[in-house]
Amino acid sequence: MKKLSSLNSKIKKKSLGLVLAAMTSAVLAVGCGGSSPDAGEVVVYNWGEYMDPDSIALFEEETGIKVIYDEFETNEIMYPKIESGASSYDVVCPSDYMIQKMIENDLLQELDFEQLPNAKANIGTQYWEQSKEFDPEGKYAVPYCWGTVGILYNKTMVDGPVDSWSILWDEKYADSILMQDSVRDAFMVSLKLNGFSVNSMNEDELQLAKESLIAQKPLVQAYVIDQVRDKMIGNEAALGVIYSGEAIYTQRENPDLEYVIPKEGTNVWIDSWVITKDAQNVENALKFIDFMCRPDIALKNFEYITYSTPNDAARELIEDEDIRNSPIAFPDLDAYQGLETFSYLGDEGDELYNTLWKEIKSQ
Amino acid sequence: MTLPTKNKEGNHPNVKVRSGILLGSPYLLWMVIFIVVPLAMIFYYGLIDKNGAFTLDNLTAILSAEHAKALWLAILLAVAATMICLILAYPLAFILSRTKMSKQGFIVLLFILPMWMNFLLRTLAWQTLLEKTGVINNILAWLRLPALNIINTPYAIVFGMVYNFLPFMILPIYNSLIKIDINVVNAARDLGANAFDVFKKIIFPLSIPGMISGITMVFIPALTTFVISKLLGGSKILLIGNVIEEEFTQAGNWHLGSGLSIVLMLFIIVNMVISAVFDKEGEGSFL
Repeated sequence: MKKLSSLNSKIKKKSLGLVLAAMTSAVLAVGCGGSSPDAGEVVVYNWGEYMDPDSIALFEEETGIKVIYDEFETNEIMYPKIESGASSYDVVCPSDYMIQKMIENDLLQELDFEQLPNAKANIGTQYWEQSKEFDPEGKYAVPYCWGTVGILYNKTMVDGPVDSWSILWDEKYADSILMQDSVRDAFMVSLKLNGFSVNSMNEDELQLAKESLIAQKPLVQAYVIDQVRDKMIGNEAALGVIYSGEAIYTQRENPDLEYVIPKEGTNVWIDSWVITKDAQNVENALKFIDFMCRPDIALKNFEYITYSTPNDAARELIEDEDIRNSPIAFPDLDAYQGLETFSYLGDEGDELYNTLWKEIKSQ
Repeated sequence: MTLPTKNKEGNHPNVKVRSGILLGSPYLLWMVIFIVVPLAMIFYYGLIDKNGAFTLDNLTAILSAEHAKALWLAILLAVAATMICLILAYPLAFILSRTKMSKQGFIVLLFILPMWMNFLLRTLAWQTLLEKTGVINNILAWLRLPALNIINTPYAIVFGMVYNFLPFMILPIYNSLIKIDINVVNAARDLGANAFDVFKKIIFPLSIPGMISGITMVFIPALTTFVISKLLGGSKILLIGNVIEEEFTQAGNWHLGSGLSIVLMLFIIVNMVISAVFDKEGEGSFL
């Protein structure tokens, strides 16, 4: 009986997938009505506001390949779309732990590095090394952006130097603290505060981390993702947990803001280009990735999104010396302790974290 | 779905039925693709586990402390919002129904006008308006009045619900009020009823169907919302809609998300059955 039902479910899953695929391809077909048929197209799935639109226009102009561009807000939203196979994305830009999950679940294909000369030449060795944490043989991913997670604070509202995650538990700043509204990032803060690894799977450690987050909740103004940026610029809060890439942008808009990597350590992340297993346009996908690794294009994107680029050649081209040597954009990682990269914790880990997170949120 | 049953014109019934099916087929197709198929998918995902085996765990999950609390909170806030909408909407609809025809259209337009703007944008706008350093608090500070600190609290969520769903309460009540035959009111007056009696014995009972459909149209979207609580509640207050949304987007557990959706659907169906029963009584007592 069980066998039958599981077989049945497989068939159903497939036909559901087909319906969805038919719908998406219909949408895509409408979307690419004007492209030249020879060069074909490439379907890109990237983070929201994570690329200068000009780069895409330039790529289309130079290669004649039509780019169909789509965006996601979190790794977790992106994953099921790729997993179901219903959407025909060629190039995706997930983070470290998510790439590991996708490799383990056989959703990615190995890259032909012969066709990625710019990636080989321009991406710094240290980033390839760091990538090995989630892509051990270096076969699947080309680094696009990297950074840290830290505290952005308003100098006029916070007294004394900020150097520890514990300030996010200081009652003085009640209702002026912004936390990240995503499981792994929120737990990272709490695990680091308690001196544990950000990849902890120890039940006791996670319970402690959970209790810290529950204790913090009354002090938190809101759990947000992209809105930290605007709220901090608008002086709505004194302290916020933020990705380093947003820090330079916010400082440009509001000079009172300062970014700091807490002494307990933090998450160092890399978002990388990967090609899906079922990609329809592998050649074009490789061309797209390599184009993004060209120094002038990487520079263009860096200036637009201000997220640290792993592209050494592009960094050399940055004219503003303060930015080129900015400790926010290009920190000397050896100077900090307790830096870790997220790793995929398996379905079990995902479930555990999500359950605990729900307990915090429902308090 | 429904075939025409009346054949007053005396055409051959088969021709009528056939043309009915033909004319109805675009909508039939629409319903199948966008209502029947998604519902079937929700039931399919909701009633199996990760391995594809049949289970009721996704439904009974509503009993866990977090889910039950989220559902209870959602019901509480939705009831509060519905009551406030009713209290605001009834007098308004009443006044509106008594206004001169030429003005009526204009006033109704005023209520419908905001609905032409995207719901999400309007809610986002309220977030900016209600913020600590937002427009409203700046004006209050300028007037030397105390600041309004409701953003990221349940009050802001109820406010958002009332703001967004008020037109759905006004319009059905207004519709039921203008349908009341003025001769009935005049007859009652002729027979000696005073204004209060007329309202109590004629206008109010006749407007019950409108109120019921207004309550349903406000309560259901308020119960299931996740956007309002996310934007105006700062993601600090977890409603059942947020739980379901996060199961799909963050946790990637479609089975649990679908199971909880089914439970929520049951609540909605119960609500609709109750309103159907009330509706009948309301009409029946006056026939």
